[in-house]
Amino acid sequence: MGKVLLKNIENPDSADINEYKKAGGYSNLPKALEKQPKEIIEEVKKAGLRGRGGAGFPVAMKWTFASADPKFPKYLLCNADEGEPGTFKDRPILEKNPHLLIEGMAISGYALGAEYGYIYLRGEYPEAKNILNRAIKQANDNGFLGDNILGKGIKFHLAVHQGAGAYICGEETALIESLEGDKGQPRIKPPFPVNVGVFAKPTVVNNVETLSNLPYIIEIGGDAYSKIGTPDCPGPKLYCVSGHVEKPGVYELPMGTILRDIIYTHCGGIKGGRKLKAVIPGGATTPILPPDKIDCPMDFVNMPKHGSMLGSGAVIVMDESVCLVKVCYRILKFLEHESCGKCTPCREGTGWLRSILGRVEGGEGMEGDIDLMLSVSGNMMGKTFCPLGDGAASVVQNFIKHFRPEFEEHIKNAKCRFK
Amino acid sequence: MLNEAAVKELNEIRQKYPNARAALLPALYIAQREFGHLSPEAYEAVSEILGVPKAIARGVATFYVMYKHKPMGRNIVQLCTNVSCMILGAEKLVDFLKNKHGLEPGGTTSDGRFSMVIMECIGACGTAPAMLVNDDFYENLTEKYIEEILGKYK
Ligand SMILES: Cc1cc2nc3c(=O)[nH]c(=O)nc-3n(C[C@H](O)[C@H](O)[C@H](O)COP(=O)(O)O)c2cc1C
Ligand code: SF4
Ligand code: FES
Repeated sequence: MGKVLLKNIENPDSADINEYKKAGGYSNLPKALEKQPKEIIEEVKKAGLRGRGGAGFPVAMKWTFASADPKFPKYLLCNADEGEPGTFKDRPILEKNPHLLIEGMAISGYALGAEYGYIYLRGEYPEAKNILNRAIKQANDNGFLGDNILGKGIKFHLAVHQGAGAYICGEETALIESLEGDKGQPRIKPPFPVNVGVFAKPTVVNNVETLSNLPYIIEIGGDAYSKIGTPDCPGPKLYCVSGHVEKPGVYELPMGTILRDIIYTHCGGIKGGRKLKAVIPGGATTPILPPDKIDCPMDFVNMPKHGSMLGSGAVIVMDESVCLVKVCYRILKFLEHESCGKCTPCREGTGWLRSILGRVEGGEGMEGDIDLMLSVSGNMMGKTFCPLGDGAASVVQNFIKHFRPEFEEHIKNAKCRFK
Repeated sequence: MLNEAAVKELNEIRQKYPNARAALLPALYIAQREFGHLSPEAYEAVSEILGVPKAIARGVATFYVMYKHKPMGRNIVQLCTNVSCMILGAEKLVDFLKNKHGLEPGGTTSDGRFSMVIMECIGACGTAPAMLVNDDFYENLTEKYIEEILGKYK
């Protein structure tokens, strides 16, 4: 299978509309507009497409809810907040293949009956902002966006909304708050965004990579698409690999590629032939795995059976030189900083966990600190308003579950031997 | 007050949204660019153009790390120290910037040439350690490379 999401990106002008068209781009939007919106949703359902933002929610189901809601106008929001540490998979689409995303959004907008779309772009991607704005202008000038798409009287307007540095704005209801000009604090659900989303209208939020699959689904049809990857989780997937591998980078592979193969076959193994110590498979807030647990298919359905999550497909590989107490501390420091402060278990819990981890790492840990951390995280789990708090608790629980001796050693020796 | 061009820019952005409030984040960016940071005058201008109370604008702005509330240096060095960068030596680079260039996290050099900010992941983990200087990405950083990069910014 050739590349779908990263197609043509070696071409230095791949972000230009003419290059995109030369490579076959914008040939699927006209095909889609020949179909009824319901037929497109049916294709997406057959394709078995799941959201690539982290949760793996079935796309067609979300779309069906939104399209059934009688309120107008409807909105399509593209989540380009890409804030999960270790994640850099949407960036190549945004910077090198923006028209793929735009074509995907135009198709999705038509399927949903959405007339307005926004790309919620993280503030840390200034280059992507310029590239997207230029691409949107080109798409408007060429009749792929606007009031009368391809002369068919179909309307879809697209704009970029720039975030301002807050990880929580990747959570879809916080994203909506932020788009409305407010602090990015999650909303209670229900009502769900598909019914009451941005500007109180039916809203679909999908990830960059998710929406970029649409042209290809139209091109080959849902049935053929569903044969790629694993039956429960079809399609191509972007895995972004960082840390101690020979060849870090973004890899487009069939969904369900085995984690070990990603690291050892595609990325050339551990840097300098050193020993693998641990892998965080789906972004910093997904459960860490020890080296003997990496023979797992990297998809949304199989990873939970193997003790972790696919998350954003951000594989962070760590060799023996890494102090895992330090890594755990750094992740909690991040989550404490990014906690929006709306609910107590997360706001307080992340701070306490960071503080205890800090003293353990600094050689000032006390006996009982490990159990204290388990108790604090146990009091957070399932009691927070949004998944950020649960994620923080689960990070600590899983580091301790797999690497408890390293925490004990720090406390017993009152120092970190990695320093 | 914002100059005419900035007001025009803001009014154009305003048209992308069904109400003025939604233009608050972009308005804050424009005001920050024009005033150097979000000073009382900057809030005044945003509030007047969008009709959003100053207290609300300030409450929103202080939620987000990319809005600045004090004068910044001419160039902002934004170094990532999150996991992928950390395990590839980002902390050594923090020390290097401090010891060799007097750049303290959160601080500004006395000549006003640089401010430095520690970032969370900036989406360049595959080419870590990484930083942004103003709007420019720099990846696979080493001390020598940083030396070269800083020389470009006056
Ligand atoms: C704390 C937190 C951060 C998130 N960050 C992102 C993000 O940066 N990008 C993203 O696409 N989804 C992110 N999500 C998931 C979104 O809430 C949402 O599920 C997703 O955008 C839906 O799109 P999808 O179905 O296409 O995956 C985050 C969720 C949480 C709880
Ligand atoms: S869990 Fe954390 S981030 Fe989520 S709403 Fe509560 S305080 Fe905010
Ligand atoms: S962790 Fe530094 S860029 Fe992602």
